[in-house]
Amino acid sequence: MIVAEIKPIEEIAESIKGAKKVLVAGCGGCVTVCLSGGQKETDILASALRMKMQVDGQPVQIETATYERQCDPEYVARFKEHLKDVDVVVSMACGVGVQFMAENYPNIIFVPGQNTKFAGAATEHGIWEERCMLCGECVLAKTGGVCPIIRCSKSLLNGPCGGSQGGKCEISKDTPCGWQLIYDRLKGQNRLELMTEILPAKDWSKNRDGGPRKIVREDVRL
Amino acid sequence: MSDVKIVGFVCRLCALISSDLGPPADVDIKIETVELPCAGKVDGRLLLEAFERGADAVFVAGCPEHECMNVKGSSRARKRLEHIKEILDQVGVGGERLIMYNVSGTHGPRFAHIARDMAGLLEKLGPSPLKARKA
Ligand code: SF4
Ligand code: SF4
Repeated sequence: MIVAEIKPIEEIAESIKGAKKVLVAGCGGCVTVCLSGGQKETDILASALRMKMQVDGQPVQIETATYERQCDPEYVARFKEHLKDVDVVVSMACGVGVQFMAENYPNIIFVPGQNTKFAGAATEHGIWEERCMLCGECVLAKTGGVCPIIRCSKSLLNGPCGGSQGGKCEISKDTPCGWQLIYDRLKGQNRLELMTEILPAKDWSKNRDGGPRKIVREDVRL
Repeated sequence: MSDVKIVGFVCRLCALISSDLGPPADVDIKIETVELPCAGKVDGRLLLEAFERGADAVFVAGCPEHECMNVKGSSRARKRLEHIKEILDQVGVGGERLIMYNVSGTHGPRFAHIARDMAGLLEKLGPSPLKARKA
């Protein structure tokens, strides 16, 4: 999922300064799962902002609404009824949601309530870790299902580097070496011969070189 | 001090039992208690709402952590309070107005202690900054 983290309240308060009516818009998708921008956090932020603005002597009307996603037109449309007289929307979705909402309601000011961090997994309740950089050409088949682009600190395609020691990456003793993980996985599967295969330089044009990426599926288009 | 408002979220398995006695006679404060099935049920939204609705201070009373009837309810409540205290600091209300107490069900006088403690706290801190602004 996309993992995000709420911004400091001070920063959000600054971005709604001068507004008379504010909507804090939650997202029921990824950011609900990573406990950062769903209905609960949206209510908490709204409450905190109301209090902050009042203490600062600039009381403002703040309401909330949360729908399943902010990255799909049908849910974005549902926010319409909440936008009457609203000057600023604090979107609690990831950056995609903020932008997609802003695109759909061009006369309203949208500001992010969160910092969108990465595509990750919940390794424990309360811990989220990055797992994929959305590079556009996945090499997991060659690396035992461990991503060298994101789990190796240097994104090496053929590792490990000289800094790998005792299974840890040289950047910190708490960071497992991505290539050690790949080695261990392949060894456990009796597929170590994959380590001897040299992975060619990646075709980074499938990443961001061609500008914003787009996927079209004619089979499901209406 | 009698116009101050204190809201206590109280676990029914421990602190509620000891709260039967209410605040001692020498403490001139009212405490509005909200019964919870477990302190671990307390939610950040509830705590903030209490302040928005005019509480000058809020406390949560749950079992001592090593005797929590729901094993982790009290420690979860404490962690949630820590998070909400940070938010209260950030918004200028002040995290020190939110307090966690651990109370055993067989310890009635402990509730009197809480009442005295809260009264002392409010004497020191004064009314909630939200009220000061409204006045
Ligand atoms: S808007 Fe962002 S956070 Fe919400 S579902 Fe879409 S991708 Fe996930
Ligand atoms: S190789 Fe690319 S697509 Fe595959 S997991 Fe790694 S970053 Fe993601």
